[in-house]
Amino acid sequence: MGAVKTIARRSFLIGSAAIMGGVAFGTYMAARPIANPLEDGLAEGEAAFNPYVKISSDGITLITPRADKGQGSYSIQAHLIAEELDIDPNSATITPGAPGPAYYNGAVLSEGVPIPAYVETQVAETARAFMAVPAKLFEMQMTGGSSTVPDMFVKLRLAGAVARETLKEAAARQLGVSRSELTTRDGIVVAPDGQELAYTALAAEAAKLEPVVMQEADLRPASEWRILGKPFQRTDIVAKSTGTEVYGIDLQLEGMRYAAICANPGIGGALESYDASAAEGMRGVEKIVEVKAGNAGVAVIATNSWYAFRAVEAIECVWGTPDYPGNSSEHWEALEASIDSEAHFDHRQRNEGDVEVSLASATPFEAEYRAPYLAHAPMEPMNAVVQIGEDRIDIWTGTQIPLFIRNRAAAIAGMDNDAVHVHVLPMGGSFGHRLEMTHIEQAVEIAMAMPGTPVKLTWSREEDMSHDYPRPAALMRGRGVVADGKVDTFDISVCQQGLAGPWMGRLTGLTLGGPDATITTGSWDQPFGIPNYRVTGYRAPDLVPVSSWRSVGASTNGFFHDTFLDELIHEAGADPLEERIRLCIHDESRKVLEAVGELSGWDGADMGEGRGRGVGFCMSFGVPCAEVIEVTQTEAGLRLDKAYVVADVGQALDPVNLEAQLYGGLIFGLAHAINSELTYENYRPAQVNYHAYEGLRLYQTPQIEVKVLENAGRVRGVGEPSLPPAAPALGNAIFAATGQRIREMPFNKFIDFA
Amino acid sequence: MKLRVNGQDMQLDVDPEMPLLWALRDELGVTGPKYGCGIAQCGACTVHVDGLAVRSCQMNVGSMEDGADVTTIEGLGQPGALHAVQEAWIEHQVAQCGYCQSGQIMQAANLLDLNDDPDDATIDAVMSANLCRCGTYPRIRAAIKTAAQKLREA
Ligand code: FES
Ligand code: FES
Repeated sequence: MGAVKTIARRSFLIGSAAIMGGVAFGTYMAARPIANPLEDGLAEGEAAFNPYVKISSDGITLITPRADKGQGSYSIQAHLIAEELDIDPNSATITPGAPGPAYYNGAVLSEGVPIPAYVETQVAETARAFMAVPAKLFEMQMTGGSSTVPDMFVKLRLAGAVARETLKEAAARQLGVSRSELTTRDGIVVAPDGQELAYTALAAEAAKLEPVVMQEADLRPASEWRILGKPFQRTDIVAKSTGTEVYGIDLQLEGMRYAAICANPGIGGALESYDASAAEGMRGVEKIVEVKAGNAGVAVIATNSWYAFRAVEAIECVWGTPDYPGNSSEHWEALEASIDSEAHFDHRQRNEGDVEVSLASATPFEAEYRAPYLAHAPMEPMNAVVQIGEDRIDIWTGTQIPLFIRNRAAAIAGMDNDAVHVHVLPMGGSFGHRLEMTHIEQAVEIAMAMPGTPVKLTWSREEDMSHDYPRPAALMRGRGVVADGKVDTFDISVCQQGLAGPWMGRLTGLTLGGPDATITTGSWDQPFGIPNYRVTGYRAPDLVPVSSWRSVGASTNGFFHDTFLDELIHEAGADPLEERIRLCIHDESRKVLEAVGELSGWDGADMGEGRGRGVGFCMSFGVPCAEVIEVTQTEAGLRLDKAYVVADVGQALDPVNLEAQLYGGLIFGLAHAINSELTYENYRPAQVNYHAYEGLRLYQTPQIEVKVLENAGRVRGVGEPSLPPAAPALGNAIFAATGQRIREMPFNKFIDFA
Repeated sequence: MKLRVNGQDMQLDVDPEMPLLWALRDELGVTGPKYGCGIAQCGACTVHVDGLAVRSCQMNVGSMEDGADVTTIEGLGQPGALHAVQEAWIEHQVAQCGYCQSGQIMQAANLLDLNDDPDDATIDAVMSANLCRCGTYPRIRAAIKTAAQKLREA
């Protein structure tokens, strides 16, 4: 494991050179085939052609291992398989299947390569491809980083094609014709004479054959697609419109009990002592359990979740102090002390021209920016059902990290990894929350107090928000120089906590060294050419533990980089959109900016008395995205009138859902730019329910127009890239309408919204 | 006590302070109504009681009339027999994670019961008490218009 650790440490966080050093060993390990998990437990006459397709005489099952948090990933994964398999995706059973190493995510780490996404050279591609190696070694079956579609685009179509050709081979043998004479449609093989053989009837025969070998080049060209790229109904849309989708929180099992917990609101702090006497005799209460795993606290097992919630409230706990500062002001002081300090220097991945000389030769324009901690706060609070059997553990939950959960549960219960069965259920949102697992750890320990009985732990909303690992707070200082009506020097320092290393440490116990790219992702990698251009990341000391939040580093950096650029453009006296276009050095990005100008009818930021528009741009997860927002200052406050989103996704595979993801990301970005922050008082967040953490509501939502471009060659994920440009577009619009420059989120601290 | 849930009489033996939401979900196994906040801020728990949209997390069963008529999303319409609002929700593919949508649909259905031609301002005002973290609002607006038309034509 020593060498693996080294490769992973380097390649996660640093990049190409080290990745190159690790290749020989890494590819060797990673090239060993991983067993197909569907082969265990196949019934007589059932065929599993690869880890993604299973066919029996009863029907067709598609395995869609990337979690569905609401972004439509089950649907697109099913569509990718069905396109080549020639079935109607709505006719198949769709399930995430049992988690297994075969489902590792080969794309999610490619963002960690220190080459901006707009550089598509051979070296860059090679470096990105090698990021799949540590992912495979660590069994990273993970959903995140807008990686589902890029990772699965070829894998799943190949899976469908292999299954189709193998079924045809079975039919060919049965009919005594050659495979090439056969065609397929809608789940049947059609013979030259018109005779039809259903896939389900061929399964038993096909199961005896070696799967037909197919290559990427054998896949159908986009021009022949029937499902991909066409408006199609999401496979889960009927269930989600009739209350029949079973989320983790809805699961009901025979004899199940319901648990609630109050854990130390200071994350990582101990439970010193507690008095549960008031809870003991309460109606419905069956057991009181002290919990050490996850975050320490006391749980109640009862016959109804509400009885459990009520009883935990009656428990008096004495909490230990966690090892981070108690109040927000101290957190900001830590960031202020770290930024621009040599001791906290983390990385400088962009340094062009001579910034020092330029800054010394003029009076630079300077500004400071802040972005707060944020909770993920998906609508479905964290929950898990756990049943401890004699020699097995079953866990039913919505998660992005099933294999990490398996390993941790096994460790807590003292069983083998193989004894743990994780059943992944649909999720009521995540936004990154389900990349953590403290609730699962707690649920396992609670269920261990009632062996044999399935126990469902549900976090109350308050518990959920106070035990979320938030988006890190971030501080930025910018210095710039303009000359001849142009932006000449752009120099920003960004300081926040490291995110990737501590997260990996929590999940795997491994220590990852090296710089943390998330500190400046969304700033250092933007496709602009500025004569003197520098982006430096400073790493704050570890404060409250933080985690990935929709769009990760770009959620803060998108705001910092683009708003500061807007300021400099204003200083230079140039048009915000025209100057961005002039500075842009990447074709697809420039086209995105031009398209948003066209879509919004851009003719300058000024729209007359009390009105204005702003443009925001960020390239994240390989997707250039530009947004224009129009606002009006009214007596009731600032009103958002219209928003325009343009993104280049390479290839639009699921246009209906794609549009939803793009405006959903914009709305999520606006929600937090306007209305939301977590502040810490006495080690705990002061905002623990939606009244204090509003998000965006319908009345504040502008009219939105979305346009998708497909100039970039590669397929990209779209769950995140429309979020980062939202805050700068709005802030820049507010400046245009009112002259007020807001450099800190949330904006409602500085201006009233209608 | 007795409740009539989706047309069926149901017996409940629970603490009278228990919110209707938890009686439905954990006692009766009716899980369409969701728990989101427990404090009337999100609307995910919305059901109809005697024909009016209420936040079931706020209504203690002890405060309800014996035999009160409760309709949840499951009773509004089923996959084979959809209510006009559900049809519109499917046509517009509103749901993302879908967790808030039981509440959104129940709130919208009640709005259209009371006003079958709501203007934009009314839609915004009534639906703003239902939170959607995924940001499905543009299609909620559009689906309500479609549903209103369906209901007017029905
Ligand atoms: S759970 Fe009832 S309003 Fe949120
Ligand atoms: S669809 Fe996810 S919260 Fe509304």
